[in-house]
Amino acid sequence: MRIFRTCALLCVACLFMFLLPVASSAQDSMQALMQQYSKDIAKPSARTIGPVIEALSASGLPQTREMLRRWQDKEIYQNKDTGDFVFANEVDRDTLHVFDIDTGADQGEVADDPFSQIKPNAGVRRAIGAALVPFQLNDDSARIRADALTSIERASEPMHLEALRAAMQAQPDPDPALAARKERLERLLTIQYAETTEERVAAIESFAGSLDVSTRGALNPLLATKRQVAETLPEEANIAKELRIGRDLTHDEAYALLVGAGIATADISPAQVKEALLANIEGAAVGGVALHALNTDEARDRAYAALAAKGIVPTDVSEEGKQALLDGHVYFDAYTEADAAVTAAAVKTLKDIETKVMVGRLFDLTLDGLSLASIYFLAAIGLAITFGVMGVINMAHGEFIMMGAYTGYVVQQIIPDYTLSLIVALPLAFAVTFAAGVAMERLVIRWLYHRPLETLLATFGISIALQQLAKNIFGTQARPLTSPAWLDGAWVLNDVVSISYIRIAIFVLGMVFLGLLLFVLKKTRLGLEVRAVSQNPKMAASMGINPDRVNMLTFGLGSGIAGIAGVAIGLFAKVTSELGQDYIVESFMTVVIGGVGNVWGTLAGATVIGFAQKGIEWFNPSNTLAAQTYMILLVILFIQFRPRGIIALKGRAAGN
Amino acid sequence: MDFIKRTPSLPAVLFLLFLFTLIVSVFSTGGGGDLISTSMVKTLGKTLCLCLAAIALDLVWGYCGILSLGHMAFFALGGYLIGMWLMFERTKNIVMEAATSQPLPLTPQELSDAIGNQIFGVVGGSDIPAIWFFADSLVVQLILVVAVPGLLALVFGWLAFRSRVTGVYLSILTQAMTLALSLYLFQNDSGLRGNNGLSGLQNIPGLGHVPQSILSLWFLWASALALGLGYLLASRIMDLKFGSVIRGIRDDEARLRFLGYEVEHYKLLVFTLTAVMAAIAGALYYPQAGIVNPAEMAPIASIYLAVWVAIGGRGRLYGAVIGAAAVSLASTWFTGGQAPDLPLGFYTIQWVDWWQVLLGLGFVLVTLFAPQGLAGLVDGIFRKGDSK
Repeated sequence: MRIFRTCALLCVACLFMFLLPVASSAQDSMQALMQQYSKDIAKPSARTIGPVIEALSASGLPQTREMLRRWQDKEIYQNKDTGDFVFANEVDRDTLHVFDIDTGADQGEVADDPFSQIKPNAGVRRAIGAALVPFQLNDDSARIRADALTSIERASEPMHLEALRAAMQAQPDPDPALAARKERLERLLTIQYAETTEERVAAIESFAGSLDVSTRGALNPLLATKRQVAETLPEEANIAKELRIGRDLTHDEAYALLVGAGIATADISPAQVKEALLANIEGAAVGGVALHALNTDEARDRAYAALAAKGIVPTDVSEEGKQALLDGHVYFDAYTEADAAVTAAAVKTLKDIETKVMVGRLFDLTLDGLSLASIYFLAAIGLAITFGVMGVINMAHGEFIMMGAYTGYVVQQIIPDYTLSLIVALPLAFAVTFAAGVAMERLVIRWLYHRPLETLLATFGISIALQQLAKNIFGTQARPLTSPAWLDGAWVLNDVVSISYIRIAIFVLGMVFLGLLLFVLKKTRLGLEVRAVSQNPKMAASMGINPDRVNMLTFGLGSGIAGIAGVAIGLFAKVTSELGQDYIVESFMTVVIGGVGNVWGTLAGATVIGFAQKGIEWFNPSNTLAAQTYMILLVILFIQFRPRGIIALKGRAAGN
Repeated sequence: MDFIKRTPSLPAVLFLLFLFTLIVSVFSTGGGGDLISTSMVKTLGKTLCLCLAAIALDLVWGYCGILSLGHMAFFALGGYLIGMWLMFERTKNIVMEAATSQPLPLTPQELSDAIGNQIFGVVGGSDIPAIWFFADSLVVQLILVVAVPGLLALVFGWLAFRSRVTGVYLSILTQAMTLALSLYLFQNDSGLRGNNGLSGLQNIPGLGHVPQSILSLWFLWASALALGLGYLLASRIMDLKFGSVIRGIRDDEARLRFLGYEVEHYKLLVFTLTAVMAAIAGALYYPQAGIVNPAEMAPIASIYLAVWVAIGGRGRLYGAVIGAAAVSLASTWFTGGQAPDLPLGFYTIQWVDWWQVLLGLGFVLVTLFAPQGLAGLVDGIFRKGDSK
């Protein structure tokens, strides 16, 4: 109540201050004015400071702002002997550099003995800060003006509306961004503090379609409701919704409302029953019921009723009485904002914003899905090629991704420039994993072509060996792969839609490799041979193609792309020895869904997986684990309908 | 009996198993000897359970050609189902014990609140989830140990085999199922305590007065019995005509189908049966391990099981047993820090760090050069393997 009055006074004070910028005042010296309130200033408290600040603000003295600032910064000292106030800075423990409070004249450095520092507490400093804001709105420094706006946004008071309007009228802000902010803030404050309904409604409606979080933050409190109970619906209340027991609230909740309103007496809870029973044990029984029999709520209620009958404990409310009370009242949510026109406008505007936000979110989700899809595409395409051409599942594919990421990390240790190191790391990662892939194909896989299940296991052996090796070399802690500065940040369309540059870069990378692969497979000799071998290796061999060479190169190519994917993934995920494991199952799913040995199939698979995952997260945002679970279940079900994937291939893989 | 004659490994294995269990018992702390510690007895008992799981995988992979990467999920599921009873009953006993000092007996509501608080406090809940409805009854939970994994395998297998998913596709699909299950259990609201899993399973309700050294022996014998029965069952099945069909599916599924066999039904039966075997093995394993959590059913566990069977030798039951026992015990030894470091002058090999590398490479070598596994070597010595 007192704070409210203080605010109101401050508001009036400001009005005066701005209407009469050079108002004549009782005092024309700050010192004299301060002496008038000497006691309150010397020992300020949040309770008594209101009138002081009001008087200071109303004085119209040009020194006021400086004085308030210094006061807030605890730079005002009082001479204990004369009672005079001065500005002072501490030079060292015993010396103060003193300035005159009115003229700011340097009074030299003096011993601090006669001075005591004025230390306003946090509450007082807040009040001072609020009084300072109007001075800062038209400051010369843009930073101070911005800070003032921010402090209003954080904690606004009714006086700020007038102050802001006056400041805007006095001179338009030279900075267009700040001018826009001021204009917006003025409308937000109008909603909260303007006098007339029309003004407020107009301000609310002006926000239709605005996607800012702060707009919604400003509008939502207007729709705050309070749950109430009454015998009949009150005429004057701004009712949001009438509530019906059973539909909107439970019996117990309704009864709790009645109790809260002082209409009904509270139920005796089981815990209270137990307490009462414990307090009234006589021998081995309570209220005539043996203790060992008190192991059900019914028995306890009976014992309690017996106690109540003797008048030892208060009687419990009867169910009939409860029901009669419940039936005799209406329950409703009422807006705390009394003006129905304002709440109606707010509801309408918020609904409008909600629709726009929904559309924005869907678009954002699409972007997220696309970026996830491009990651899965990069991670899975190598797997799909080797599976398609050679019928071999490479369980170590995830470890090739990890190898690529670690290659990027090592390159960054050597080349400190992040842009340059990224340019070096991409081809180097390709080279490293290409070599590893070729080595693996030559040493292990080519001996196992007719035993696909054993390839799976052998490559798994390689996978655990590689993982442990990485752990032994790089340790278990995550290694950073820092992205260059120009990839930091995000492309922000508005408050709802944004996408980080890294994800855009990965999307571009995915597209580049899609194009590159399509080119290699469709337009080059190697691609022709790869396609021939994947369709019919024996026939291809008899046409003069060397399947050994094709297999080797294909495997190298698939592994090399995994390395590139590793660098890309390392840019946004932590590089650990388990990096590959996090992506391998999704990669498998991508291949299974898309169908093997086909670039378009993998693209389709990655798109389905990426969007499905994001879509499930959309419905259940709090739980990414559940999202993954449901996605895998979806994949298993999907296989029922298209066992060979979206784009089924004919040939060796299909006949497998 | 002809059956015994046709499977000469059976009596030998059963005899060795009996001998092994007897010797361990005699020399264990609980049996009076002081050579084998209680924790070692538990490790050996757990190894026997792993052997049983390996036999299950051998049946489905070595004999039927279905490489399932999901059998350790059934194994862990068995552990969860028995763990529910162990944990619930023990917590209930503790709560009841505490309540006897109170003047008023507990109402059913208070009892279940107290139990719920004890068990689910770690995941911020206090209500007992619906899936714990039968946790009070050992008999029902024992039935569920068989029924739940069996039903899961049946449904999954039916979906997979019906749509003719075979080979590596099927392996990947089983792996996906395992991952989905473990991710699901990792959630706090799965009703099974999220990543905390179920713990304190080594304390058997109602047997609090029996020391762990004796309990460990009981479980060792139970595990040995289960392994023996599993081995007997598996040998018997493979000796039947049913077994021949199963082997036929492995060797040429299409031909069997053209001969008029309902290949899918056979596969489904073997898949489900082995899932149940794995679940029983798990139900015996986890009371010895003391804790079961979702990490236990991560896909990697199932792959390790396949590695053991492959190293031991597929298509031979004793191969699976040898592989599981040898590799899991070696893993325990090397990663437990007992193995001495190997100084090479310029670098000291610490087995804790290098065992995985060795295992991985050794596994590649076995796949390349000894596709029959260690059991292939045994066959080489005796020159009369049971089949293949």
